[in-house]
Amino acid sequence: MLSSTPTDGGRRVPSAVCPSGELFSGYPLDQAYDEMFLHSGEPRPHCRALVEDLLAASLPQLRQHQTEADKAFLTQGITFTVYGDEAGTERIFPYDLLPRIITAVEWATIDRGLAQRLTAINLFLRDIYHEERILSEGIVPRELVYSCRHYRREMRGVNVHRGTYVSIAGTDLVRLQDGRFVVLEDNLRVPSGVSYMLANREVMKRVFPRLFSQYSVNPIADYGRSLLATLRTLAPPNRSDPTVVVLTPGVGNSAYFEHAFLAREMGVPLVEGRDLLTHDNIVYMRTTSGLRRVDVIYRRVDDDFLDPLAFRPDSRLGVPGLLNAYRAGNVSLGNAIGTGVADDKAIYAYVPDIIRFYLSEDPILPNVDTYLLSREADRQYVLAHLEELVVKAVGESGGYGMLIGPHSTSLEREAFRNKILAEPRNFIAQPTLTFSRAACFTGERIEPRHVDLRPYVLYGDRVTIVPGGLTRVALRKGSLVVNSSQGGGSKDTWVLQE
Amino acid sequence: MLLSRVADSLYWIARYLERAEHTARVIEVGLDLGLGRTMASTRGAADRLYASVDVPGAAGGGTERASLLSTALFDVANRNSVAACVTAARENGRQVREEISSDMWEQLNALFLAVRQLQSTIDRDARQRSLCRTVIEGIHLFQGITDATMGHGEGWQYLQAGRFIERAGSTAGLLDRFLIDGATQDDGRLESIYWVGLLRSCCALEAYCRHYTADVRPERVTEFLLLNADFPRSVRFAAARVESAVLALARASGRGAGGRTDRLVGRLHASLDYGQVDEILSDNPQAYLTGISRQCAQVHAALYQTYIAYPIESAIPA
Repeated sequence: MLSSTPTDGGRRVPSAVCPSGELFSGYPLDQAYDEMFLHSGEPRPHCRALVEDLLAASLPQLRQHQTEADKAFLTQGITFTVYGDEAGTERIFPYDLLPRIITAVEWATIDRGLAQRLTAINLFLRDIYHEERILSEGIVPRELVYSCRHYRREMRGVNVHRGTYVSIAGTDLVRLQDGRFVVLEDNLRVPSGVSYMLANREVMKRVFPRLFSQYSVNPIADYGRSLLATLRTLAPPNRSDPTVVVLTPGVGNSAYFEHAFLAREMGVPLVEGRDLLTHDNIVYMRTTSGLRRVDVIYRRVDDDFLDPLAFRPDSRLGVPGLLNAYRAGNVSLGNAIGTGVADDKAIYAYVPDIIRFYLSEDPILPNVDTYLLSREADRQYVLAHLEELVVKAVGESGGYGMLIGPHSTSLEREAFRNKILAEPRNFIAQPTLTFSRAACFTGERIEPRHVDLRPYVLYGDRVTIVPGGLTRVALRKGSLVVNSSQGGGSKDTWVLQE
Repeated sequence: MLLSRVADSLYWIARYLERAEHTARVIEVGLDLGLGRTMASTRGAADRLYASVDVPGAAGGGTERASLLSTALFDVANRNSVAACVTAARENGRQVREEISSDMWEQLNALFLAVRQLQSTIDRDARQRSLCRTVIEGIHLFQGITDATMGHGEGWQYLQAGRFIERAGSTAGLLDRFLIDGATQDDGRLESIYWVGLLRSCCALEAYCRHYTADVRPERVTEFLLLNADFPRSVRFAAARVESAVLALARASGRGAGGRTDRLVGRLHASLDYGQVDEILSDNPQAYLTGISRQCAQVHAALYQTYIAYPIESAIPA
């Protein structure tokens, strides 16, 4: 049980402990938290049934399952579009066979922590676009908010119905060595990936029905209904039976599958900008029975592209006049315009203070320590320790604009040093985290890979968090980047019932 | 309630699939006829079949024929090729993913993937034949799934309208090709092979035989493909379906009956309901068939004007 000497390919994995079984040969257990095994090499109690099943399975069986799963994604057309790739523009999002299991106790903390965080963030957004109490009291620096690329002056003094700025969030969590979950970033504009969460579960049930039935896993299939209920709470007052639509940039967008998927799950129309028009500050869609009024738009289009009259004039994805209709209160948007301030990576550093300020509570889910490069002392420290730290551009997402110190060359560090000195406000730094690893099937054996977790939070009458989320996997061995655009995949995420 | 853009996509899914199926069937029959290369009229039949799907001169045989057929089947740059039509149908399906059932989408996607895989098959003859079969069967399956899993409401009626407008046009076009100088063929035996080819490419040989016995005569073939009320690939049958779809669309949109589209399609249907084959043939069959195609185009234009591409000014609430 405790030792095994991997002989495959002459590689020796420098690990003293290793789970038993052929499939697990060479499975390293070191300082990173392993989602499946204890340090002793024993399976964690809630993973025992899964490990036993895997030990009983053969390599060809697992490969067969993998083929089935891949085929299911392909025939369902669950694909994403790779930008800048002419030949095969659609690809399936790599799916790992093995589920990642989260216990009820762990989930309870996540659930409370995210509800708290989003409540505070909505209060913060309302405040910075109205009274600015938090800025006047000096909790968050005024210039940090005003200099944020996603701050929208157009939203000053606009009353957002119920003060719900963010109705749909996808917050990225990682688990550290001690097993605690921490928040890595908030996605408060148009978080994506929820369709993969739902599709992964469907494929899992198809491929591993027996394994699935051995556990009591919380169902997640209700997401569509919850999303619709959340969006309906946004409807302007006096619209008793509101018309909800999903606004997509169109079939060329990398997340188009998801937009169509959500529209279908909710049973509402999927519209493009060209289907909508405004007249007298009211938004209509063009139907076969004439024009029909639209009340709530779940928009999967960024602020910049929403309204060519107000934002980027070259955008053809949006609806001319939408901002005015929105300000007039005749149509609601989920999420509101200007929510990107709160997921700016520099503002992120203040979220614990934001929670304390509005709720007088301590944050339940901690942040990762963050250095703001606009602060003199932080900057000195970071520039001296670039090879240990991860530096991120504040307005970027998708794993772009990042320097991972320990994996970087001196040339890359030099380039980043110059960028930081040119625009310190644009960067933050964080310690390189050893985040947890989950067992993955590589096609040859089972090996651990780094994972994160993105639960999806809905904020309507109340906070609804579907028990589950998207576990993203850095499929390249040793890699810390989980983004689909950079070689990431995903796996089904089980939250167990009590 | 249906978005105009969605109605447009549904209509074109059906049209493109109908076009793909028609071309695949015609080429399948043509390949079969082409096997007996010695007989002049067999070649003539294949020639006309190919000409009706825009592959003129392909019946000659040899490499040239094969590559012309490849263009008609696989070349995505040729907008009417089978592969291009299937791709376009699937692309339209992708844009209305939330309106059609998952089963429909999966079948459409599976068909697209199958066609794409066949494109890379090495053996050209096998590739051409199996493409035809795959497409015909795949589309039948799609139609069955559509009827069984999608509500027969407004969206479904757009699929119906697209499918049958396309069908009326392609059957009329095919007949046109065969009537050009069909009456002046040589002896009876060869001539019947020629007309049998036409019937087969409309999937109509067995139905014809049950109706008229195996005695194949040009005027009967024309009557059957043009004026038969019950055969699903006849022009009259297709016109009846277009009419019922158009009337259903008028009801569903709350615009009421009696609009321009209704009148155009009603006129087309009535002229086929009461048409006489001897009069059509003795008068000017070409002009008659061209007239059918023109009326189909008018119905299409009126449908778009009313429901899909209407001017906004006419629709803004007072």
